[in-house]
Amino acid sequence: MSHHLPKKLRTDLNPSRLLTFKIDGRDVSAREDESILAVARQNNIAIPTLCHLDGLSERGACRLCIVEVRGVAKLLPSCVTFPRQDMEVITNSERVITYRRKILELLFTERNHVCSVCVSNNHCELQNLSVELGVTHVHYNYLYPQLAVDASHSRFSVDHNRCVLCLRCVRVCDEIEGAHTWDIMGRGITSKVITDLNQPWGTSETCTGCGKCVQVCPTGALSEKGKSVAEMIKRRQFLPYLQMMRGRQEESWQK
Amino acid sequence: MGKTLTIEPISRIEGHGMITVTLEDDGSVSDAQFHVTQFRGFEKLCEGRPYYEMPSITERICGICPVSHSLASGKACDSILGVHPPETAVLLRRLLNCGEYIQSHALSFFYLSSPDLLLGMDSDPAKRNIVGIIEAYPEIARDGIRLRKIGQQVIEIVSGKRIHPAWVVPGGVSAPLTAEHRDTMLQMIPEALAIITKTLTMFKKSLENYREEIATFANFPTLFMGMVDAEGNLEHVYGKLRIIDAKGHIIVDNVDPSDYQAHLGEAAEDWTYLKSPYYKPMGYPEGIYRVGPAARLNVCNGCGTPLADQEWAEFRSLERGPVMSSFFNHYARLIEILFSIEIMERILRDPAILSPRIRAFAQPNFLEGTGCVEAPRGTLIHHYRVDENGLMTWANLIVATGNNNLAMNRGVLQVAKRFITGSEVTEGTLNRLEAVIRAFDPCLSCSTHALGKMPLQIEFRRRNGTLIRTLQRT
Ligand code: SF4
Ligand code: SF4
Ligand code: FES
Repeated sequence: MSHHLPKKLRTDLNPSRLLTFKIDGRDVSAREDESILAVARQNNIAIPTLCHLDGLSERGACRLCIVEVRGVAKLLPSCVTFPRQDMEVITNSERVITYRRKILELLFTERNHVCSVCVSNNHCELQNLSVELGVTHVHYNYLYPQLAVDASHSRFSVDHNRCVLCLRCVRVCDEIEGAHTWDIMGRGITSKVITDLNQPWGTSETCTGCGKCVQVCPTGALSEKGKSVAEMIKRRQFLPYLQMMRGRQEESWQK
Repeated sequence: MGKTLTIEPISRIEGHGMITVTLEDDGSVSDAQFHVTQFRGFEKLCEGRPYYEMPSITERICGICPVSHSLASGKACDSILGVHPPETAVLLRRLLNCGEYIQSHALSFFYLSSPDLLLGMDSDPAKRNIVGIIEAYPEIARDGIRLRKIGQQVIEIVSGKRIHPAWVVPGGVSAPLTAEHRDTMLQMIPEALAIITKTLTMFKKSLENYREEIATFANFPTLFMGMVDAEGNLEHVYGKLRIIDAKGHIIVDNVDPSDYQAHLGEAAEDWTYLKSPYYKPMGYPEGIYRVGPAARLNVCNGCGTPLADQEWAEFRSLERGPVMSSFFNHYARLIEILFSIEIMERILRDPAILSPRIRAFAQPNFLEGTGCVEAPRGTLIHHYRVDENGLMTWANLIVATGNNNLAMNRGVLQVAKRFITGSEVTEGTLNRLEAVIRAFDPCLSCSTHALGKMPLQIEFRRRNGTLIRTLQRT
């Protein structure tokens, strides 16, 4: 997104301040208001992400982007962590990789993912991540929550069994469409995305039916009706264009 | 003191089953039952799921005939949407079905049954399997493997995946056929025809050897049910149901599968997980009927393809009325392979097969839908109800093997009575008890909806249930 950089820079920081630090032993330079994730990607260093989506505000919900920072005991989510001068970041240590796998496994245990009958089979970010991270088995007990499908909307449906609580739907609906139909209720793993005041999607008064939430949802949780198994291919090309057209600035989302 | 003989699990069938034979003190057989001992309950677990997942969910019932489930399910979804799939989609679905018949019947005949047929019912059980066939009859084994492969390749080419394709969708199919793929399949036809013709000739010559089995393998009068097309010819995917009586008279014809409940009742017994459907007007258990390859050839007026028609005429000349012995299912399977190859060629030569119009779109317009096809093992009915949003509220599946449940039980009793005398039961007899079940080629995965194959275990039990001894075969 660097070619669409906002003209007006943040005033609470020194905008011109550049710093250098290390990612995986490589010297990199960055503006101090760029996340470690963004800098890594500019330098072709791969860090897996799930809740992050270019064009939306960061949420730090999934923790798949964790990295190690020398001198810090905790693993830090790189999408919401900013570099400091001379920081040493490690993206691919055994420890980081093991934790990422565990996080992913836990995501599978929290809901009911039966890929073979899922609209998103073969086009799913969660699935792709398991392949990428080599998760072939889940070592924890599944919770098998009883969750219903809401198919009351005329064009879309939401299957909470496949939701990973990344909150992309909430953010795109609020930040890009401006409807703020989606929200989240509950705490921890009992959280659930809801429409309006936790009512059937089809009865929502704020939903404009634009479908942006469906397109950004990384899994088969949100899908278009009429799509059969493995047919739900998400189109996200619209996001950067819309973002540019609406002239909303990255910095204002970060607040 | 009477005793019970149990065969469990039955080998070389799909799924978990068990036979118990109750013996009188003098060793004579008083009763025999065929139990299905596993329960899977797909009908329950699909409640609350969107209707369009059903073809894929029910495909998972079975690894042998997923295609039949997806077709029946796809048709049930079509009727929920209230659409007719475009002509090409219908052709493509039928083409897929040809692939499945070829592979499934080849599996049943060459892999599961040919050891009994070629090596003999009393041959060494350690060799009485496909490996034994490869040693003794390498050419037949090769043919069987090749034919099954052709069927699998057709499925793979048409639907993009060999098992569990997810290609049949509500309203049609999800991807069209390319000219290149059509040509590949056309090239397979001469070889497939050559194999099946050779096998039919061999099998017909060997019929003499099975006189005992023919006489006792569920050889009794029942009704028969199967699907026929508008001309009354054999049809596997798009047809109406016909039921004939034991004399061959048509008792109901042109039944739209959505009316199945007017004709078929379903009884449940506490000793098996397999439902027992029966012909309603005759009541339970008198309304016993059979489905499957021989039943289909019994109910139809012909096959409607030149080579299969000749074989059909010869088959029907075996007996004056319908062919009664379920042993002839093996024979009928070979004729249906021939039929499927001929239909496949006919479909592939139809110019409409390459059209990209393969799907009708709609939202659910009806709250209920039924889909019916002839699976390789017999009539398969999927019946769904959905709410206004298209979420499943109820499902009922009548699977091929279920239709045959009453007949399989009676067949087991018939074989037990003929071959068990005295308390010593030979291995060959045990094998015949299994073989009569195998003649129906039951798919217990589908019927209960259970999975897995197991080695054979036989239990001798007294009438009061105490175990006398157990035989184990692996
Ligand atoms: S959302 Fe993704 S991981 Fe979950 S069932 Fe669907 S394809 Fe599988
Ligand atoms: S519905 Fe989709 S986009 Fe929304 S939180 Fe769940 S997984 Fe994320
Ligand atoms: S991508 Fe950083 S927490 Fe999800």
